[in-house]
Amino acid sequence: MTPTGTDDGTNEGSRGGDGGAGGAHARDGRAPSKRDATVVRDALGVGVAVGLSGFAFGVTSAGSGLTVLQSCLLSLLVFTGASQFALVGALAGGGNPFTAAAGAFFLGVRNAFYGLRLSQLLALPRAVRPLAAHWVIDETAAVSLAQPTRRAARIGFTVTGLSLYVLWNATTLLGALGAEAIGDTDVWGLDAAGPAVFLALLAPMLRTAADRSVAAVAVVLGLGLLPFLPTGAPVLVSALAVPIVLSVEGRKLRAGRKHEEGHDMHEEGRDMHEEGGDMHEEGPEEPDVPRREDP
Amino acid sequence: MSIWIAIGVTVVGCYVVKLVGLLVPAGALERPLVKRVAALVPVALLAALTAQQTFAEGRVLLLDARAAGLAAAALALLLRAPFLVVIGTAVIVTAGLRALTG
Repeated sequence: MTPTGTDDGTNEGSRGGDGGAGGAHARDGRAPSKRDATVVRDALGVGVAVGLSGFAFGVTSAGSGLTVLQSCLLSLLVFTGASQFALVGALAGGGNPFTAAAGAFFLGVRNAFYGLRLSQLLALPRAVRPLAAHWVIDETAAVSLAQPTRRAARIGFTVTGLSLYVLWNATTLLGALGAEAIGDTDVWGLDAAGPAVFLALLAPMLRTAADRSVAAVAVVLGLGLLPFLPTGAPVLVSALAVPIVLSVEGRKLRAGRKHEEGHDMHEEGRDMHEEGGDMHEEGPEEPDVPRREDP
Repeated sequence: MSIWIAIGVTVVGCYVVKLVGLLVPAGALERPLVKRVAALVPVALLAALTAQQTFAEGRVLLLDARAAGLAAAALALLLRAPFLVVIGTAVIVTAGLRALTG
C-alpha cells in the first residue's frame, strides 16, 4: 500500500494519504513524532516500487519506435510517468509531435497543483526550488503530503525523489535495451502496472464523502470524454469534478442552514469523523483543508 | 526529427509546470477554497488516470484482463498490502488471465 497504509502505529484511525491530514496530526498532537527511519522506509517502498516500473516505460517507449537515447532522455528530463507514457503512445500512433507533446503536457499540469501544496509544506529555500521542481510528481507528493511534520515531509520528498529518479532512469535503460528480448509486454501484464500505481496512490486519499464523489465524477468524465477529446485532455477535464462536487456540496450546506436543522451538515460531519479522524475543528464545511505545518 | 520536437516540447513544458507550482507565492494558498480545490484536484486526476489506463486503449473504451488485475489490486489495497504487492498482484493477475484466455 501507499506509505500511509504502512504506518499504522503512528497514524491509526486515519488512513489518509491526502495531505490535509498530515498537518492536522501535527497540530492536534496525535502523531507528535514519526521516526525518521519509518519515513525513510515508507518513502523507499514507493520509490523502489514505482522506480522499478520504469522498466515498463523503457519497454513501451522502445516498442513505440523511440531509440534508447530518446527513451532515456525522456526519463531523465521529463520524469513524470503518465506524461511519458502518453507521449510515446501518441508518437507510436504516428501523431503530430505537437499534439503528442500537448497530451503529455496536459497530464503534467497536475504536478503544478502538487507543487502548490508542497511549496508550503516543504518551505524550500528559493535557490533549491528549481532543482526540487524536477521531482514534483505523483509519488513524491503523495509521500510528502502524508507526513505529520515538515521534517518528515522533507525526508519523504528527498528519499522518494532520489530513489525513484535513480531507479526509474536505470530501469528505463534496461527496459529499452531489453524490449526486444521480452517481446509483447502486455503478455506479461505490465500494462496493468501503471493503473495499479495510480490506484494505490489514490486509495488513501479517499477519506471523506467529498473525496469519493470527486473520484467518481472524475472517472465518469475521464472515461466518458475519452472518445471525443484529444489524448490527455479528458484527464484534465476530469478536474472539473472538483467544482462540480463543491458546488453541489455548497448548495446542500446552504439548504441545511436555511432549514436551521442542517441535516446534511451533521450527517456529513459524522461521516468524516468516522472516516478521517478528528481533524475538524472548523466544522464540516472545509473537511479537507490542508493544515499549516508546525514542525 | 518530429520525435525530437515532441521530446523537446514535452521536456520544457513538463518542467515549467512543475516549477510554476513551487514558485507560486504561499499567499495563494491561504484562501480556504483554494486549499480545498488544491487538495481535491489530485483525487480527480488520479481517479481519471486509473480508470483510463484500466478501461481504455488509446481513445477506445475496452474491458480486458487489466480490469481483473486492477480489481485484484483493489482487494490487496483493502487488505492493506504493501505497495509492491499491490502492483505485483495487478501484473500477475492480468498476465495470468491473459495466459488462460489468450
